[in-house]
Amino acid sequence: MTDLNIIALVSVGAHPTSGRARRAEQDARAVELGLRLAGDKLQVLHAGDPQEEALRAYLGMGLAQLSVLDQPKQADALPLLTSYLQDAGAQLVLTGSQAETGEGSGMLPFLLAERLGWPLVVGLAEVEKVENGVAQVLQALPRGQRRRLKVRLPFLASVDNAAPTARQSAFGPARRGQLQAHEVNIVEDSLLAEAQLQPARPRPKRLKVIKAKTGAERMKAATAKASGGGGQVLKDLSPQAGAEAIFKLLIEEGVLR
Amino acid sequence: MLNTLLPILLFAALALAVIGAGKRFLMWRRGRPAQVDWIGGLLAMPRRYLVDLHHVVERDKYMSRTHVATAGGFVLAALLAIVVHGFGLHNRILGFALLAACVLMFGGALFVAKRRRNPPARLSKGPWNRLPKSLLMFAASFFIATLPVAGILPQGFGGWLLAAVLAVGVAWGVSELFLGMTWGGPMKHAFAGALHLAWHRRAERFGGGRSTGLKALDLDDPKAPLGVEKPSDFTWNQLLGFDACVQCGKCEAACPAFAAGQPLNPKKLIQDMVVGLAGGSDAKFAGSPYPGKPIGEHSGGPHLPIVDLNGKALVDAETLWSCTTCRACVEECPMMIEHVDAIVDMRRHLTLEKGATPNKGAEVLDNLIATDNPGGFAPGGRLNWAADLNLPLLSEKKSVDVLFWVGDGAFDMRNQRTLRAFVKVLKAANVDFAVLGLEERDSGDVARRLGDEATFQQLAKRNIATLAQYRFNKIVSCDPHSFHVLKNEYGELGGHYQVLHHSTYMDELIGSQKLHLGKHKGGSVTYHDPCYLGRYNGEYEAPRAVLKAIGIEVKEMERSGFRSRCCGGGGGAPITDIPGKQRIPDMRMLDIKQTGAELVAVGCPQCTAMLEGVVAPRPEIKDIAELVAEVLLEAPAPAKKPAPAKREMAEVQ
Repeated sequence: MTDLNIIALVSVGAHPTSGRARRAEQDARAVELGLRLAGDKLQVLHAGDPQEEALRAYLGMGLAQLSVLDQPKQADALPLLTSYLQDAGAQLVLTGSQAETGEGSGMLPFLLAERLGWPLVVGLAEVEKVENGVAQVLQALPRGQRRRLKVRLPFLASVDNAAPTARQSAFGPARRGQLQAHEVNIVEDSLLAEAQLQPARPRPKRLKVIKAKTGAERMKAATAKASGGGGQVLKDLSPQAGAEAIFKLLIEEGVLR
Repeated sequence: MLNTLLPILLFAALALAVIGAGKRFLMWRRGRPAQVDWIGGLLAMPRRYLVDLHHVVERDKYMSRTHVATAGGFVLAALLAIVVHGFGLHNRILGFALLAACVLMFGGALFVAKRRRNPPARLSKGPWNRLPKSLLMFAASFFIATLPVAGILPQGFGGWLLAAVLAVGVAWGVSELFLGMTWGGPMKHAFAGALHLAWHRRAERFGGGRSTGLKALDLDDPKAPLGVEKPSDFTWNQLLGFDACVQCGKCEAACPAFAAGQPLNPKKLIQDMVVGLAGGSDAKFAGSPYPGKPIGEHSGGPHLPIVDLNGKALVDAETLWSCTTCRACVEECPMMIEHVDAIVDMRRHLTLEKGATPNKGAEVLDNLIATDNPGGFAPGGRLNWAADLNLPLLSEKKSVDVLFWVGDGAFDMRNQRTLRAFVKVLKAANVDFAVLGLEERDSGDVARRLGDEATFQQLAKRNIATLAQYRFNKIVSCDPHSFHVLKNEYGELGGHYQVLHHSTYMDELIGSQKLHLGKHKGGSVTYHDPCYLGRYNGEYEAPRAVLKAIGIEVKEMERSGFRSRCCGGGGGAPITDIPGKQRIPDMRMLDIKQTGAELVAVGCPQCTAMLEGVVAPRPEIKDIAELVAEVLLEAPAPAKKPAPAKREMAEVQ
């Protein structure tokens, strides 16, 4: 365990089949990671309704309290979180990758890191050590691969399902724990106020053409590393040339039109 | 000389025994308070001992006769010895009576000694092997010392030498039998046992009653402990109950987890609780250990945690999670100790305070909270199994004769076959029934046995609120677990219903001639008693009667009825999945195969799943409802129909 000042950001989740409010799966993993790193010194923060009972599921993981920035559903959490985190002197902020309710855009970690001017590690799997203000962490990549990164503190990290499973939430600590409401200045979310929400469509998936004739080949295809085939590695390029290459690819793929 | 020595010995031993009793009593009182009927319990105790307890002991005729002779002889001999030798009332008749009591006790003790020569593995050794010698010594010493009183030998016979020998013998005898009773010897069982019977936490069990529902935790009081962390968190009469154990090992012999090599031995568990209540280590335990866990490595005290999740304390968590809550130990226990209550109490602490339900436990509990079923299936799919059956919904009918409680088997494709078969039977009998459909929730059985009392109470209260909106005469369920919980555990939370297992209900339907049944075709059949139907609710007859009605003669297994062996599926055991040397359902399948039956009839979705999980070749597994549905006949021509039955059916329609 380290003496880091760690804050985990949590949201209210929704069960995938019943839609009932619960602790969000990824946020709970962020709390788990925080608990493993900081023990009971971990601070957990939520922006929303302090009366929300589903938040108690986080307390049930063994937290004495959970700070809640008291704000209505439509308010913009970003400015509040930014100022809170700046004042709190956080060294590591953990979040889930994407909320299960609300906008669920998955943008919060990026916007927050941008505003704070901190580095962001996506898919944090493990913090190996922290020395002299630099953390050595493992970042999760697809197919169980890990990338070792050195990041200077403070930084922000989002966790996905590669992070350790959240511990069980127990009734006793959930009941005893405190939901501490903080009065804050509510900031209207101007975009949400005028824009219209529509349900997300599942992202189209490229059809997989199975060419394998034997079981062994199918196994190989299923376990092989992702290989773009046509991809190329650009090295020692000027930022300008790199950006142009990316731009060209995006147009080829039809992402930019 | 003996005339001065004996009273001193007797009264000194008695005085020390009384001090020991006080000490022991204070030890029990370290537990939490419990409501007991102090005087009424004591008054009822002799009857409970001589009738209820004797019924259990009587299953082993050898032991019951041995015990009657030994214990009866001892009580008589001890009382008379106090009168004759203690108070010096040297009456000849009393002398002869004391001689007779000593002979009776000696005879009994000889049989105790005989069983100890080649004891079965379930018996504890150590001090328990010393006991018959002490009993013989007590009886023999007082016999010889009393001969002069009866006038058979002259006073002062044998001189100081015999007097010295007798004094030693009496001292040994009274040390074991008077002192040992309250200072922790084997005879403790008599003292603690008697008081345990008087202040038992389930007094309803006496006089032929049954009390098997778990007791609710008080969740409204934030100060009340959530389960048992330390021995002193048990109620004091639970602690007293542990102290009553005679270490006969009947529980160990019946325990499916012990037989499967999982780290549980009910006898050792109770003895560990005794160690916990007095403080110390388990090194002196002289019976079989928990499989795979050597003796002498665990210790505890009344105010120390029982389970240490990161090391060793009194009991390891996996011991507690090995239990299938089949209640075989409680059924066998001649001291009527409540093992399952204790295990669930300790599980409650692990789940509610520590969040340490092992393996799939946490996931199942989360699912129950979020989707009202343990599998995490979309609640909207609860009635998909009956999409084509056009089942009447209680929310539409409002009032109905029979509420068919479907249970979570609705999500399991195997159990759906059973459910559909039972619906066929209900329709054939023209029963006025309905289902709750999407309003139904898990009964809370699994949550409760996994120690999650909070989720259980939440599910139960919601179910009770749903049921309160409608009118029905009875609830019928194909799942003995739901049946038990609805019948015996909802009452404490305000839900009182008449609940029947589907086998009982089908037996009623057959009895009132509402079903027209052919005969079962096919090979021989055996029947597996589900724990929650049999031992928990005493229903052994109805399933057999139904099978008989369709022409099946049940080939009984050696372990059937109240001795039925668990399938391994209860108490959340398949979820916590503690490894052992073999699987409990495999052992049960061996029992089944020994009968040579080609088909085993079951009455429980858990048993079905567990037994069907045994690799083939093995007998086929079918629910009683399926067997009945297979032989349903078209209603015979009206002329043949008995008149009263006809009228009833018309009413129903």
